[in-house]
Amino acid sequence: MHSDPAAVRKTVRSYFMIGAALLVFTGITVGANLLHLAGAAAITVALVIACMKGSMVASVFMHLSHERKWIYGSLLLTVVFFIVLMTIPMFTTMDTIGTPEHAAAAEHASPERR
Amino acid sequence: MNIPFTVEERPDTGLANGKLGIWLFLASEVMLFGALFSTYIILRSGSTEWPHGELSVPLGAVNTVILISSSVTMVMAWASLKMNDWGKHRLYLIATWVLAGVFLINKYFEYSEHLGKGEGPWHSTFFAIYFTLTGLHGIHIIGGMIVMAYFIGPGAKMWKKNPDQFANRIEYTGLYWHFVDLVWIFLFPVLYLL
Repeated sequence: MHSDPAAVRKTVRSYFMIGAALLVFTGITVGANLLHLAGAAAITVALVIACMKGSMVASVFMHLSHERKWIYGSLLLTVVFFIVLMTIPMFTTMDTIGTPEHAAAAEHASPERR
Repeated sequence: MNIPFTVEERPDTGLANGKLGIWLFLASEVMLFGALFSTYIILRSGSTEWPHGELSVPLGAVNTVILISSSVTMVMAWASLKMNDWGKHRLYLIATWVLAGVFLINKYFEYSEHLGKGEGPWHSTFFAIYFTLTGLHGIHIIGGMIVMAYFIGPGAKMWKKNPDQFANRIEYTGLYWHFVDLVWIFLFPVLYLL
């Protein structure tokens, strides 16, 4: 991370540029919502833009683009556990827990079940 | 008592203790919000219908703009210290605090409107997870404001005694604040748009 005044002075412009880019991306997110895209497309567009904005905040404002390996290491461990956490809902739906009621009812009414 | 490695870097980690400490704290925060996002996915995928248009998109977008602006002012508060500009540091830190306050005022009006219509956490699954996620995020905003208020007020005198340690404290506050902004960047599309 930059710590001497001259290096920090050089990065000041980038902070404002990233701030402006984040505001533009927010406008794009709201604009894309007005297009009323189909479910999967809407989710993809909104989350891709959110990920781009998040990575800009983390890399520039939080200085993650040039940090020490101890911080990268602890964050890597966090990412691994975060992925596990996000995968749990997939397992629950595979086990039919969390399956919409109408789908479960249709499954019970299928010929194989009768 | 003199606490070591508040300014100088530890030889083994190459970091001041506070820096590693705040990142480990933020890692635990990722898991906290991650658990709630995971809950949101389970609730949403398990429901037969999910409401759309319940929340005010313009108000949510305005709050996003406010938090992004506060992130810029926060990083500038730290950069001003590094450039030895105390006046600008004060200006940017107070601006960050004010923007955080405006965010909470907007949230107050948003909550009031929904609660006035009987749309509290008990109303539906959507409002239960909405109030849980935004409520926890709001508590984090209040926490950040308390820390900033300390550095605007009584904590500011450290700048004269130990400027490097004060700059580090502002940096750690900034890291926390940017994380709070980052969480909102994901909350806004997930709750207001999708």
